[in-house]
Amino acid sequence: MNGREREILAGKKRFLELRARALGLIRIFFDREGFLEIQTPALTTAPAPEPHIKAIAAGGGRFLSTSPELYMKRLLAAGFDKIYQICPAFRSGERGRLHHPEFTILEWYRLGADYKTLQDDCLKLVRSVCESAGPGILQRRGDRVLDPFGDWGRITVRDAFERFAGWVPEANPDQDRFDTDLVEKIEPNLGFPTPCILEDYPAGQAALARLKPGDQETAERFELYWAGIELANGFSELTEPSEQRARFETAIKQMQAEGTRPNMPEAFLESLEYLAPCAGIAFGVDRFVMLLAGADDIDSVVAFPPEIA
Amino acid sequence: MGAVLTAGDLRKGTKLEIDGEPYLITDFEFSKPGKGQALYRCRLRNMITGIQFDRTYRSGDKFNSADLEEQGMQYLYNDGSVYHLMNTSSYEQIEMPADQVGDASNFLIENLNVSVLLFQGRPIGLTLPNFVELRITKSDPGIKGDTASGSTKPATLETGYVIQVPLFVEEGEVVRIDTRTGQYVERVKS
Repeated sequence: MNGREREILAGKKRFLELRARALGLIRIFFDREGFLEIQTPALTTAPAPEPHIKAIAAGGGRFLSTSPELYMKRLLAAGFDKIYQICPAFRSGERGRLHHPEFTILEWYRLGADYKTLQDDCLKLVRSVCESAGPGILQRRGDRVLDPFGDWGRITVRDAFERFAGWVPEANPDQDRFDTDLVEKIEPNLGFPTPCILEDYPAGQAALARLKPGDQETAERFELYWAGIELANGFSELTEPSEQRARFETAIKQMQAEGTRPNMPEAFLESLEYLAPCAGIAFGVDRFVMLLAGADDIDSVVAFPPEIA
Repeated sequence: MGAVLTAGDLRKGTKLEIDGEPYLITDFEFSKPGKGQALYRCRLRNMITGIQFDRTYRSGDKFNSADLEEQGMQYLYNDGSVYHLMNTSSYEQIEMPADQVGDASNFLIENLNVSVLLFQGRPIGLTLPNFVELRITKSDPGIKGDTASGSTKPATLETGYVIQVPLFVEEGEVVRIDTRTGQYVERVKS
């Protein structure tokens, strides 16, 4: 260990203490709400096939988990009704101010609920942590102050595109145009000073969300933004096995064309036969702590960023 | 042709060839919206013209790294618009237009060893050593008695360029100059 590393780590102490406090408060929140903390495997044979999420092969036909989502839903299918997990997730090739190939994910799931209930959970969770995380949190970001306690923003994907990008995405928008405008024109406007919920995605951007009953062009999916930063992605879960299989097949085809060979998550698909209506969400712990800390990147709130890991 | 790079290889400082010209990534941000694709947002600077622009790349995009190399050269002479240099390993002579030499000409004297940046074998930039020693060809004597620290006077170098030197430095003396700041460092005993 050289002097430089000692200096950097010592400089992070305040942020790592805040991180520990936030993790403790998250657990207290979910315990109080009656959720059961779960641990699922980090090594898995079949991560959910999603075109833009690349799993890291771990040898022996296994992959490092890209998210605990499929295991969590297998537990729901067995009747666990309120569960949460805090764990590392691994995604190849992701490295930036807000991305590490290994990051900490918080996921929670509710049987018999939909994405609106999860939005309420987000509000209660964020406020609960901010209330108790101690003085000195949520310092100014540039000239902007962050406020979790005022009324939260809410906008549909359709309205956000119309307002900030000048066009309306239909059920299957051009993926390149959708992603580019989302990053460059929409995200920078969301979540000042209070968090903002961006909801009702086009069906083509549904991921593992169910479509809105009575509106097959819209998925019951939302993302939580704060200070222009995506904090969470949640949805009313798709529970229909044949529709889920069809979506995976489309994803696998696309991934094969790009040279990867993902496995079909058969055990998960089987469990869907028993899965009642439910909702689940993934929440970025590193980014949340970064915002609490008033830091500019997640490197600041992670003891060992990838380059020195 | 340089090595083939993918979008995942891009970083701040990466040098790319775009439309036959070398570009430096001066700012870089990795973005990935929700379940969407990775976007690699770059600010690029043309290494010849200095012109900057922003461009966003995607995962499938491929690039050629810019075919750049540094070569040690000795400066020979200039005929006004063209500077002549000699490669110190191959003894091959090259020419550089004055606008590519730029401000380096302020401190460039014959036989100085410099580093030349080549793009596909063509010179596009010249880097001086961090310190050069140059003779002062003209400088009025400092006013007697004015010894307040920080006092300086103009002095013309043998290249014709004028710098500020302390009052005690005299015409005909050799001084060391930091070429990165363009400032006087110390007097050199000759």
